[in-house]
Amino acid sequence: MDLAFTKEEIAFREEVREFFKNNVPPETRRKLQEGRHLSKDEMVTWWRILNKKGWGVTHWPKEFGGTGWTSVQHYIFNEELQSYPAPQPLAFGVSMVGPVIYTFGNEKQKKEYLPRIANVDDWWCQGFSEPGSGSDLASLKTKAERKGDKWIINGQKTWTTLAQHADMIFCLCRTDPAAKKQMGISFIVFSMKSKGVTVRPIQTIDGGHEVNEVFFDDVEVPYENLIGEENKGWDYAKFLLGNERTGIARVGVSKERLRRIRALASKVEAGGRPVIEDPAFREKLTACEIELKALELTQLRVVADEGKHGKGKPNPASSVLKIKGSEIQQTTTELLMEVIGPFAAPYDEHGDAGSNESMDWSAQIAPSYFNNRKVSIYGGSNEIQRNIISKAVLGL
Amino acid sequence: MDFDLTEEQRLLKDSVDGLLADAYDFDARKKYMKERGGWSKALWGRLAEQGLLGLPFAEADGGFGAGSVETMIVMEALGKALVVEPYLATVVIAGGFLRHGGSAEQKAKYIPDIIDGSKTFAFAQLEKNSRYDLYDVVTAAKKKGEAYVIDGEKFVVLNGENADTLIVTARTKGGQRDKTGIGVFLVPADAKGITRKGYPTQDGLHAADITFTNVEVGADAAIGDPENALPLVERVADEARTAICAEAVGAMDESLKETVEYIKTRKQFGVAIGSFQSLQHRAADMFVALEQARSMSMFATMASDFDNAKERSSAVAAAKVQVGKSLKFVGQQSIQLHGGIGMTMEAKIGHYFKRLTMIENTLGDTDYHLRRVSEGGGLLG
Repeated sequence: MDLAFTKEEIAFREEVREFFKNNVPPETRRKLQEGRHLSKDEMVTWWRILNKKGWGVTHWPKEFGGTGWTSVQHYIFNEELQSYPAPQPLAFGVSMVGPVIYTFGNEKQKKEYLPRIANVDDWWCQGFSEPGSGSDLASLKTKAERKGDKWIINGQKTWTTLAQHADMIFCLCRTDPAAKKQMGISFIVFSMKSKGVTVRPIQTIDGGHEVNEVFFDDVEVPYENLIGEENKGWDYAKFLLGNERTGIARVGVSKERLRRIRALASKVEAGGRPVIEDPAFREKLTACEIELKALELTQLRVVADEGKHGKGKPNPASSVLKIKGSEIQQTTTELLMEVIGPFAAPYDEHGDAGSNESMDWSAQIAPSYFNNRKVSIYGGSNEIQRNIISKAVLGL
Repeated sequence: MDFDLTEEQRLLKDSVDGLLADAYDFDARKKYMKERGGWSKALWGRLAEQGLLGLPFAEADGGFGAGSVETMIVMEALGKALVVEPYLATVVIAGGFLRHGGSAEQKAKYIPDIIDGSKTFAFAQLEKNSRYDLYDVVTAAKKKGEAYVIDGEKFVVLNGENADTLIVTARTKGGQRDKTGIGVFLVPADAKGITRKGYPTQDGLHAADITFTNVEVGADAAIGDPENALPLVERVADEARTAICAEAVGAMDESLKETVEYIKTRKQFGVAIGSFQSLQHRAADMFVALEQARSMSMFATMASDFDNAKERSSAVAAAKVQVGKSLKFVGQQSIQLHGGIGMTMEAKIGHYFKRLTMIENTLGDTDYHLRRVSEGGGLLG
């Protein structure tokens, strides 16, 4: 057992840090630090900088533009990216549909889609959840009927993140209504510009517009847009969801936020002294730092294990990552609320500063707190994660 | 970065697990606890035979030169089996003082007796009002020519009743809470002026309250600098805290296993109660708590190589916080999920709960260590 990184790994970390320092647009970084939303342009600009460097799709196989890094290098890269902070690659393309295409797609699909995913020439969104199918995803109803060399797609998806920017969607559709629910689903990709696709915004409690409803009304899609085999879509969906086990902890994101809390709490005063000097507050902050350190170590155990023994058999500790990672992210936003106190109230509808000019960073704190309630719901709610632990790990 | 055990470490783990599987089931434990002094000399002899008592000592001193990872392996195994023999007091704590502070003569005099299992030790530190502050020392060691005369009272000294030699913290200079002026002394337990009042502890160990009245020891009894031994005490205490974190991980691991096994077999309403989601989720949360504690136990273990003493002790304190939180949750929920049977002295599960509970209050509880990390500026640096 040894906690230290090797000399080569430390040099790699320096290289990554240096690159971020010189290449992440400062305004993008500032917005992330303050919990603001980025524009499509800001995100795409950064992703193309990353891709030009060869770091757009780091974990893909080398032949498709991946880096061939070790698991530890991947870990370091993600950690540095999250804690700098810089925008993470668009998960829907890079972590989700990309690996499905290079694993199950045909040569034509690989050639057509993969380079465009890497360079974000296409913005992808995920068509999984439906109004009646959340945790029970396999009950989904969106239908794709084969008609000659076409699919005719009808139905509705929801919680579709950033569909307003999307060029392409990967969609789970029911293709065999007679089969048992997991068995009759196919994985189909198509253009969001297709006739019959309607995107409607959902405004979330923070006031933001991240998610959407997407309606399909007799959408015609070429048959060849099926990925892999017909009615095997559920297997690909499981593969996709199991793919990003360690990134989900978002240790770097929480680390960056905790540093920010410490900095803000040294500026904001309460009772004639900086909030950070209040022992009760400081102990809460410290307790969160300790939880995060434990999570970081748990993540490193999973990473080291994958590096040594391959990704085949997941380390049982990996199921801890989603639960704890989301809880800690939520705690950090609660701590920010505590720091700011009564100045959390002004609702900054049009992006101007809050009522206290010396706290112009304050306007995003309550929205970020509200918004972060999502992290224990999405990606398999924490209750589903507990089901997974109790079945897969404890054998209950 | 590597979290795997080496081949040698795996062999060690197999051998200590094997020994305890063979000699330390719950019934055997009950038998050992009824022996004179409350633990088994024969079992202690077997630990010595397997080399476990000599593990951390330098090869030059007759030991195996093993490191913190090996101690973690052993402590975790001892935690799983709920071992009551005085490994912590003798090998980890007394051994730690001798290794880090002992003179060549002291090492030669005491270490061989630890390694061969012939002598055990106890660390007499806690005082009536000292609580968890290691520097809060009233017990006095007054210079008398070359000798020291020790006067004072020590409480809840683990293995204090049975130990052959006591390691005593005593003040040579300054006031009650001064950080300098503290010495550490090796005192024969049968020295004139010592009275020991022994008793069993809640978790099945044995401890003693010890009074020192004009107890005279030679100058060679002091370990390290008799006027500034606090850094040594803190270093050894950090090793002991790290060791009990590993012990707690072992005990939690076994508690969770027993509990999961129990809810798989216990039937109510015609089905195994483990089929109920409220219990499944509780068990899942216990698993999360255990893994977070395991991670921090490993962190503290590896932190013993940190050069910076502040970083080292803050890592250990953070581990004690995480382990303290986890053990409370796992311990309490183990009882809850067992239901009534968990309340009985007869069932093993309650004994894990009791040991875990006492570990939290040993060498600083969760709040104490949280305050330490907090006052030190947090963990992110």
